[in-house]
Amino acid sequence: MKKELKIPRIKDGTVIDHITPGNAVKVLRILRIPRSTSSVVSVAINVKSHLGKKDIVKVENRELDPHEVDKIALIAPKATINIIRDYEVAEKHRVRLPDEITGIVTCSNPTCVSNANEPVKSRFRVINSDPPRIKCYYCEREPEDISERII
Amino acid sequence: MEFREKDIISIKDFSKGEINYILNYSKKMIPYAKGEKFKGILKGKVLSSLFFEPSTRTRLSFESAMNRLGGKVIGFSDPSGTSQKKGESLADTIRMADSYSDAIVIRHPHEGAARLAAEFAEVPVLNAGDGAGRHPTQCLLDLFTILSEKKRIEKNKVVLLGDLKYGRTVHSLAYALSLYSIDLVFVSPASLKMPKEVIDECKELGVEPTQTSNLEKAIQDADVLYVTRIQRERFPDAEEYNRVVGTYKIDNDLLENGKKNLIIMHPLPRVTEIDPEVDKTPHAIYFKQAFNGVPVRMALLSLVLGGEL
Repeated sequence: MKKELKIPRIKDGTVIDHITPGNAVKVLRILRIPRSTSSVVSVAINVKSHLGKKDIVKVENRELDPHEVDKIALIAPKATINIIRDYEVAEKHRVRLPDEITGIVTCSNPTCVSNANEPVKSRFRVINSDPPRIKCYYCEREPEDISERII
Repeated sequence: MEFREKDIISIKDFSKGEINYILNYSKKMIPYAKGEKFKGILKGKVLSSLFFEPSTRTRLSFESAMNRLGGKVIGFSDPSGTSQKKGESLADTIRMADSYSDAIVIRHPHEGAARLAAEFAEVPVLNAGDGAGRHPTQCLLDLFTILSEKKRIEKNKVVLLGDLKYGRTVHSLAYALSLYSIDLVFVSPASLKMPKEVIDECKELGVEPTQTSNLEKAIQDADVLYVTRIQRERFPDAEEYNRVVGTYKIDNDLLENGKKNLIIMHPLPRVTEIDPEVDKTPHAIYFKQAFNGVPVRMALLSLVLGGEL
């Protein structure tokens, strides 16, 4: 039987593969899609793979900046980024959390100054990458429910 | 060691060597803190004292420290008369204080407020307590008190008692004490236990704290008993509060189980947790501890403003 792809191959662009199942929509939120792009974006959720289920995001005609995409390691630490050029994988890498995360997650502490009406973005130091653990730069608290706190 | 222009936000920003330097320098400040000697090393310097929350000891000792070194203090102890009331952001208040003074002391109800202030100020910022967060100058004066009374911090058995869950001072103190080789015991009601993340930090520094609810046993061979206030609002009903508070009351009967040279510390204010009869015993160090806030804060102001003795 011919193997069929759930979403078609793309000619040029970026494929984010091996996203933790159910987290594709949050990945889009972190990447500010659709605000950040007018390209075609395809999303597949709960796709079967040899490692179990996974989500996939494909962004056409745009090579996402790897440093920007690395932030998704917060909720999908095993994801891979594939840059596609003329249907071929030109570059491939595993996401890696940067040392600091700014403006993506809100602090879980309601009395943290970053949640007050101050001209600052939330800011976290990454203390562990898999499983992801982050600590607020301001109040030093660790949010336990990172995926729920994505802006 | 260079402290000039350094912000004092969290005890964790300092190495053990830096802490020891501050403590040794604080000792030199004692005669100046008592008014027995005077040297105007901060003459011409202005300190902004911004207290968005009430404080007695911290504010007065900072202001005394600045005055004792010849500097001047501007600021407020109640934000109701300031632009904050009109909705001004903390960042803007800090920008203003930054342009009026050479250093800023801040107490604020929001955790992380001092860290934020340091981002917006060019001059050094000293954290005088941010919500339930950090209070590094209290931590330094606590270490200074143990050092002064016991001649060393290492090798002491220190019991931290009371509200270990929400208590602002005990978290920083547990961390700072763990930089030294000490025995650490946490005594608290079950609902107010030391948070796991603080215990983990102690362990990372090589100290294995013991946790118990048995105060009598804990103080038997203790060198330092650090008492904190248990707040009524932490309990669902008055009966439970009264029961817990009664269990952890320090009086002369209890102290008969302890060493003769056991010292009792308390960040103050106290309510009922230490019976006034204890005040007259040599164990009671808490008023001396409150005084120690002056030499320690003099040392810090002098170091960050570059006017060393």
